[in-house]
Amino acid sequence: MKAALRLIPGAWLALLVAAPLVLVAIMALSWQAEGVPPYSPPWAGEGINPDNLRLLAEDPHYRDALAQSLVVAALTAGFCLLIATPMGLAIARAGRGRNALLGAVLLPFWTGFLIRIGAWIGLLRDEGWINSVLRALGWIDQPLPLLYSNGAMLLGMVHAYLPFAVLPVFAAATRLDPVLEQAAADLGATPGRAFLTITLPQLLPALAAAFLLVFIPAAGEYVIPELLGPADATLVGRVLFQEFFQNRDWPVASALAVALLALLLGPIVLFQRLGRSA
Amino acid sequence: MTPRWLRVAMWAGLAFLWLPVGLLVAYAFSADPVPFHWGGFSTRWFTALAANTRLLEAAWLSLRVAAGAATLAVLLGGATGWVLARHGPFAGRAALGALAGAPLILPEVVTGLSLLLLFVALEGATGWPEGRGALTVLLAHATLGTAYAAVVIQSRLASRDRELEEAARDLGAGPATAFATVTLPLMAPSLAAAWLLAFTLSLDDVVLASFVSGPAGTTLPVALFSMLRLGMTPEVNALATLLLAAAGVTLAAVGWLLRPRD
Repeated sequence: MKAALRLIPGAWLALLVAAPLVLVAIMALSWQAEGVPPYSPPWAGEGINPDNLRLLAEDPHYRDALAQSLVVAALTAGFCLLIATPMGLAIARAGRGRNALLGAVLLPFWTGFLIRIGAWIGLLRDEGWINSVLRALGWIDQPLPLLYSNGAMLLGMVHAYLPFAVLPVFAAATRLDPVLEQAAADLGATPGRAFLTITLPQLLPALAAAFLLVFIPAAGEYVIPELLGPADATLVGRVLFQEFFQNRDWPVASALAVALLALLLGPIVLFQRLGRSA
Repeated sequence: MTPRWLRVAMWAGLAFLWLPVGLLVAYAFSADPVPFHWGGFSTRWFTALAANTRLLEAAWLSLRVAAGAATLAVLLGGATGWVLARHGPFAGRAALGALAGAPLILPEVVTGLSLLLLFVALEGATGWPEGRGALTVLLAHATLGTAYAAVVIQSRLASRDRELEEAARDLGAGPATAFATVTLPLMAPSLAAAWLLAFTLSLDDVVLASFVSGPAGTTLPVALFSMLRLGMTPEVNALATLLLAAAGVTLAAVGWLLRPRD
């Protein structure tokens, strides 16, 4: 019984989590080939193929996609943090309304993010809500090209990931000792100074965790750039999809996955350290 | 005392989260065929939705896949969480913890691609699973759900002290009786919450399903994604409104299940 409890989930996870990752690594070293499935593995005679990973480092198309993804993820996480920090603090101090407010932050997370992206499409389109309101006000003659832009993409990403950032800030803020801030105020610190010198330093580990909790998934985001971003926004998630589904180049798609994981390894390890110490 | 600017910032943040969704729901009841234009109150888009068999079939498939994946996830995640919380140190514990945590942190595109490669390799080696469709989506979602369920159940078990269980044993209950009459009822809320979480994750997933579903396995999010690619229709507003209502009921149920008790 005891052994079965360990073995069954262990075997499941080994087969469906560990083995697939090994296959991605092998595929990244394989050759694209005609046929179904469209590749030939290193042991089929041609040996290990180092070109896929080399291509990512040398071809600006892939290199830029990886770099841009990290920039977009960092911007998303930064904006999320800017909005989430006061939200998490205020909700932690809300007293009786705390649970309802936290629910209001989390409910969008449960409502499905496609719906929220759909809402932004409806708002930002040329014939969308914002453009019709601006036109009705007489402020514009031609619709502003809001949708399919970097701004729309970033807006959608921040909107989708914001609840992830609020949670760690909220959890840390509930553990803050209000007496410290009060003591600072009694000693003559202005509220702003008390916040910057007392509250903020105590929140730093949670802020770092919140940043990474957004940054890591955002770096591989595919759906939001596809639906809200400009057609030429080459982010790694999108390029991976293109290579896999359109070009049927499974080895290059896998090499992109390996590169993305390698780039995220540092942030992931850091995040887990922060989680353990919290 | 909460400073005023903090409260203002909080309400601004909540407005940012909710305004797009609120407008979406409001315009689901507009008669105008252009989405987000007001043409008088109407429920015609809900009627139109009810006649859209393609979407209804996708929704029915999604519900079945999500229910199956959530059930598997609770069984596997429950066992994983139990082992991690209760079995103490054993060989392979760190590996089990790392494997259970990996899907939480891996980018979706990597998980999706890796699972597809697994299914292709398995089919090549053993002939199973035959092609890709609802079954492979279910297996993928069950794996993701297992990771989340393990976290929920492990943290619940770790926080629950074992005195009640030991008291039952002291009073003469066998291990099975103590588990069935004391431990399981205490775990039940977290099992239910984990089920709902895995169910919701499955209902919300585009990326994994895009990789591991064939043309025969179009789930609701995949169908919705291809609709949104072509733009927005009032039917999407109506569908979103229904999904929101379902999510609201689900979250209320989770909150009720996990409410603090004395």
